[in-house]
Amino acid sequence: MGKIFVKITAEHDTNGTVRPLEMTWGDGRHFSIDRVLDVRQAASLKGGGVGMRYVCRICGKQVHLFDDEGRWFIET
Amino acid sequence: MMVRTILHVDLNNFYASVECLYRSEIRNKPVIVGGDVEARHGIVLAKNNIAKVAGVKTGDAIWQAKQKCSGLVVVPPDFRKYLRFSRMAKAIYANYTDQVEPFGIDESWLDVTGSVRLFGDGRTIADTIRQRMKNELGVTVSVGVSWNKIFAKLGSDMKKPDATIVINKDNFKQLVWQLPVGDLLYVGRSTRRKLEHRAIFTIGDLAKADVRNLKLLLGVWGETLWQFANGLDSAPVRKAGIESIVKSVGNSTTTARDLINNEDVKLIIYVLAESVAVRLRAHGLKCSTVSIYVRDNELSSFERQGKLTTSTYISGTIAQKALELFSRNYHWNKPIRSIGVRGADLVTADQHIQLDLFGEDPTTKEQLEKTIDDIRRRFGPYSIQRCSMLNDRQLTGFNPKDDHVIHPVSFFR
Repeated sequence: MGKIFVKITAEHDTNGTVRPLEMTWGDGRHFSIDRVLDVRQAASLKGGGVGMRYVCRICGKQVHLFDDEGRWFIET
Repeated sequence: MMVRTILHVDLNNFYASVECLYRSEIRNKPVIVGGDVEARHGIVLAKNNIAKVAGVKTGDAIWQAKQKCSGLVVVPPDFRKYLRFSRMAKAIYANYTDQVEPFGIDESWLDVTGSVRLFGDGRTIADTIRQRMKNELGVTVSVGVSWNKIFAKLGSDMKKPDATIVINKDNFKQLVWQLPVGDLLYVGRSTRRKLEHRAIFTIGDLAKADVRNLKLLLGVWGETLWQFANGLDSAPVRKAGIESIVKSVGNSTTTARDLINNEDVKLIIYVLAESVAVRLRAHGLKCSTVSIYVRDNELSSFERQGKLTTSTYISGTIAQKALELFSRNYHWNKPIRSIGVRGADLVTADQHIQLDLFGEDPTTKEQLEKTIDDIRRRFGPYSIQRCSMLNDRQLTGFNPKDDHVIHPVSFFR
């Protein structure tokens, strides 16, 4: 139970929609975000925080990625 | 007239809930959000349910709370975060109606009369909002649903946390009338005492009392409260974004140490008067009445006001009037804990003024104060100050204009 802040490369289109493309882990490894399954405003009870929640598929695993006022974290 | 559907949404233990959301490790412990003990703002601002069960009350001193409850976690407040949550909550309300009237940072009235055909009846909308708040903000709310604002507010207080209470014309006598009269909005300690002397103990007693007797007892308030108790309140829920007209501009502070003589009071009054004057100028207003608020170290307080000869936004004039009011009304039986200065009877600053043939011309001083504003805007609030401020940095080292971001509001605006 917790959260890990991560570095995110994202695409901001002309409508203001944000799509995260790649996540950089603390040790420098890159993980590309294969699919974004769902985007909505949500609270993270597990991680502790609130913001836009991106349900993403990374390496075949489904993770919750949060954009909390510009700081991105994933729930663990 | 069509029966209205009004919701009162109250965020449960607001500050504490937000802090617990962000820090999962303290969720199962008693938590309070408390002010800065060093600056003597050390009271409980909010508590979570575990602390509440242990008997901690909002307004307790932090040392009192610690005595009542061992293992208490004290978290400093982060108002920026709370304002953000408050804003997000209002964004959710805006999905259901444009009539959203905030009452403080954590409560709002919503008039959803026009939306019941779209989203379902009052209870359905209330339940939807509750669920959305849980999912999207991670906090729980209590919602009261009724046909007037007063009963809606009573409803949201009845069951906490995370509940919907509907008060309609069939059940309000069972639900509302048995409540103690002190629960009604604007029945404070002294009104309650007056009513209890007349054997009015519950809201039902008040509703059934003779309105003429109440008027004799409480003046116009008597009639207003009687209407509240009978569910006759017809005050509208204001539309979102309509700011109420400013009626007065004031600042108050709890000082870093007790004030013991006129010299201390003078320092504080000057700091407060400067802030009031700056805010008046920023709004393009002048005040014609100055009022002061004084609370001694045993927490009993009073307010006094006096009229100025001409309306002004000059800090020196406001401070002088405040000091005059103070010295006339306070006799130093006890040291003072907190003090406030307020300018009321506001007029717009650009209207013509009657100049005095023999007195000095106020426009020179106005120019001077505007120049000081300019300097402070460019170089910071402490770049230019009154000399007397340097006598006691501990007392005067606060900025009333920017330190407080949350202002209490009144039901009658």
